[in-house]
Amino acid sequence: MDTCKKDMNIVIVGHVDHGKSTVIGRLLADTNSLPLGKLEQIKEMCRRNSKPFEYAFLLDALKDERAQGITIDIARCFFKTEKRKYIILDAPGHIEFLKNMITGASRAEAALLVIDAHEGIRENSRRHGYILSMLGIKQVSVLVNKLDLVNYSEEIYDSIVKDYTEFLAAAGVTPISFIPVSAAMGDNIAKRSENMPWYSGFTVLSQLDAFSEEPPLDDLPFRMPVQDVYKFTSSGDERRIIAGTVESGTLKVGDGIMFYPSGKKTTVASIEEFNRPKRTAVSSGFSTGITMTEQIYVKRGDLAVKTDEKPPVTASRIDVSLFWLGREPFCDNRRYYLKTGSAKVPMRLEKITYVLNASTLEKTVKPSVEKNEVAQCTLALERPVAFDISSDLASTGRFVIVDKYEISGGGIITGTPDDGKIAKDVARRNFKWEHGGVSLTERMERFGQKPLVIMITGRKNSDRKTVARALEKSLFASGKAVYYLGIGNVLYGVDADIKTGRSEDRDERDEHIRRLAETANILTDAGLIVILTASEIDEDDVYLMQTVLGEKIFTVRIGDAYDKEPAFDLAVDENDEKATEMIMRKAELFH
Amino acid sequence: MDHLDRLENRSIHILREAYSQFKNLCMLWSIGKDSTVLLCLARKAFYGHVPFPLVHIDTHYKIPEMIGYRDRLAKEWKLDMIYGENREALEKKLTFPDGNATRIECCKNLKTEALKNTLSGEWPRYRLNHAAGKYEKDANTEPYTGVIVGIRADEEGSRSKERYFSPRDKNNDWDIGDQPPEFWGQYKTDFAPGTHIRIHPLLDWTELDVWEYIKREGVPVVSLYFDQGDGKRYRSLGCWPCTNPVESDAKDLDGIIEELRSGKFANIAERSGRAQDKEDGGGLEELRKDGYM
Repeated sequence: MDTCKKDMNIVIVGHVDHGKSTVIGRLLADTNSLPLGKLEQIKEMCRRNSKPFEYAFLLDALKDERAQGITIDIARCFFKTEKRKYIILDAPGHIEFLKNMITGASRAEAALLVIDAHEGIRENSRRHGYILSMLGIKQVSVLVNKLDLVNYSEEIYDSIVKDYTEFLAAAGVTPISFIPVSAAMGDNIAKRSENMPWYSGFTVLSQLDAFSEEPPLDDLPFRMPVQDVYKFTSSGDERRIIAGTVESGTLKVGDGIMFYPSGKKTTVASIEEFNRPKRTAVSSGFSTGITMTEQIYVKRGDLAVKTDEKPPVTASRIDVSLFWLGREPFCDNRRYYLKTGSAKVPMRLEKITYVLNASTLEKTVKPSVEKNEVAQCTLALERPVAFDISSDLASTGRFVIVDKYEISGGGIITGTPDDGKIAKDVARRNFKWEHGGVSLTERMERFGQKPLVIMITGRKNSDRKTVARALEKSLFASGKAVYYLGIGNVLYGVDADIKTGRSEDRDERDEHIRRLAETANILTDAGLIVILTASEIDEDDVYLMQTVLGEKIFTVRIGDAYDKEPAFDLAVDENDEKATEMIMRKAELFH
Repeated sequence: MDHLDRLENRSIHILREAYSQFKNLCMLWSIGKDSTVLLCLARKAFYGHVPFPLVHIDTHYKIPEMIGYRDRLAKEWKLDMIYGENREALEKKLTFPDGNATRIECCKNLKTEALKNTLSGEWPRYRLNHAAGKYEKDANTEPYTGVIVGIRADEEGSRSKERYFSPRDKNNDWDIGDQPPEFWGQYKTDFAPGTHIRIHPLLDWTELDVWEYIKREGVPVVSLYFDQGDGKRYRSLGCWPCTNPVESDAKDLDGIIEELRSGKFANIAERSGRAQDKEDGGGLEELRKDGYM
């Protein structure tokens, strides 16, 4: 029965005109996957036009038959063998090739890479090989095509195998096989060729059947990016369901789970289902939903993991390998968005370590990454996110970059610059956190508000404290639970052991900021809106506070701009009577 | 996890992604088997709820049984049901075959134009008032920015080139040559003002998958899909003047599945009964560039 057959996605890549379409045409024809009479019809058409028949015409002809609803297109071809159903993903179009190829290849479990024996290894033979390794496709078979044009020469075949093996090794790919073929003549495609007695390995078809299915990722640590939190109260459904797709691992009812980057902990109460019996466990690949024993505040972008397994990394600066697909080059003077798992954060390019020439593997240092280039970079995120290092756990170690509405690049996370100490402290604090008898959700419902930290800053002589007090009074008057905390309230008490008065000491300043944020964290956990003031807060301070708080803070500058200021959510003129009102509106305090 | 599980879970992931990323989201429900499977997937994704409106474009040439079935399920499942139509074209009889239009023009008027203007909110939308049990003109005229559609890649050429999240520009046009990359479960969910995104959770499903899923999940489908004793059944449902039944004696789900798996339809395209696809070559791709599903 067909339904028992597994299906497998295969991507086919290679330099233009090296024979991808011919390989596909041959595979379809030789596995009897074409509509009845199609092959004869094309051959007859070629004969009448005195044009030599080519298997690649089959694909064009099938494409032209769209009006008849034939189910085959060059984008996806379907055929089956005794063992499996195959979907061959081809990436049409020369200009947008890489974009389409990555779209196809990211869904594939294995790849066929076609090289023309006559023309030899070309730029895209190399580039595609490298991209496949970045996409994490481990099963690559190289088809050395058009052997008929070089008299089925073993010598030429061997030299291509040797050169290309070396290149791929440098790019991190070990092909599982090389196959000498002539797609046009049908040599070693579905049938073993008699023209190459020196070759005794797989045909393309037997290689396809020999590819192994990707094992499910059930044995790896559990990872589930929180996609959404459902509470359909208006339809009389009181369940609060944390929804997401399990990327790896297994989860059971009763397991302890933790949400990063906040590090909040709870236990799985149930795995929800609709129209089928409830499960007690769920594993990788399932789009699921769970309820929790304690109602902790969880949101889209958090990463759920199990408390007794390897924790993910939480950081706001990451080292990455990326490929760039955008029309505009990737550069350091723009704000982008990074998406990893379900998290989406504003980001900037901090540093390009090198740009790699994907066809020579030469490294160069340049100010920006152009379309279709690959590079090693450091990215700075506006707030910390949780992820894994790609070599530890590939499925939660990758990301895409959005530039002006478009996905313009993607890559894998290779590490973090060494600034993880505070993030580690935060994770440990959250791990050890003692929960009270009243949950934050209950507090939020009681107070009718979401806790928030508002940082009011400005030049040393700016009147931020007056604005902060006015804001506090106004919020309090409208029924909000709010507290004003100036840095001075912390400096001489909580900070008494470290206060030296040397305001230029960066380490001391970081520690003051950290303690201010930790104090604010206790207050927000109590459900309060906290208004902080401090002078000339810079970008590093904002990162640090967000790391500690695990949430975005709302930043306001009063008065004139200053050196090294971060991107503010709001800037207000000194003595602006509308300041309070503007802050309340922009920070969405009454939504 | 079997083949249908994999398809189901991927589709649910896409539906949830759409729900979380689009404020003005709707799902098109043609009453056919594919969009009804999609509706059932939505109920699974959201645990019995469908948290966005279902939009049906009523051409008034649908086979009557379809509308009865629509309203029965809408009431039973408490769906937020909306329909739109091209009233002007219907009044002026710019229709086929009983009016002054070719098949393609009729499709353009009753489906493409009606769809475009219903989605944008420029033409009236009629919403089911569950308490009153009837449709009333909807006060909400905000354009939908996310539109979930039940097309499949195996249906025909232009659909096989689709993405899961596929942008449409201000004129509803689809730029087939320059589509967004889509990888690692990250989709195009950011869009410029005035544009919208079509979302295709069923893209990887085949006709056979759909029927096997209908059987496995007990999805209710219109009886027109089965042979009622005259040796004919509908394989694809549309308007009665342009949709022809096929010769078949499949009386139940097993019969249909057998027919598709190894029987007479194993190598014949599903939309072969749809006349508008055949008109002037590439009819459907042209219609789709203008906004047809």
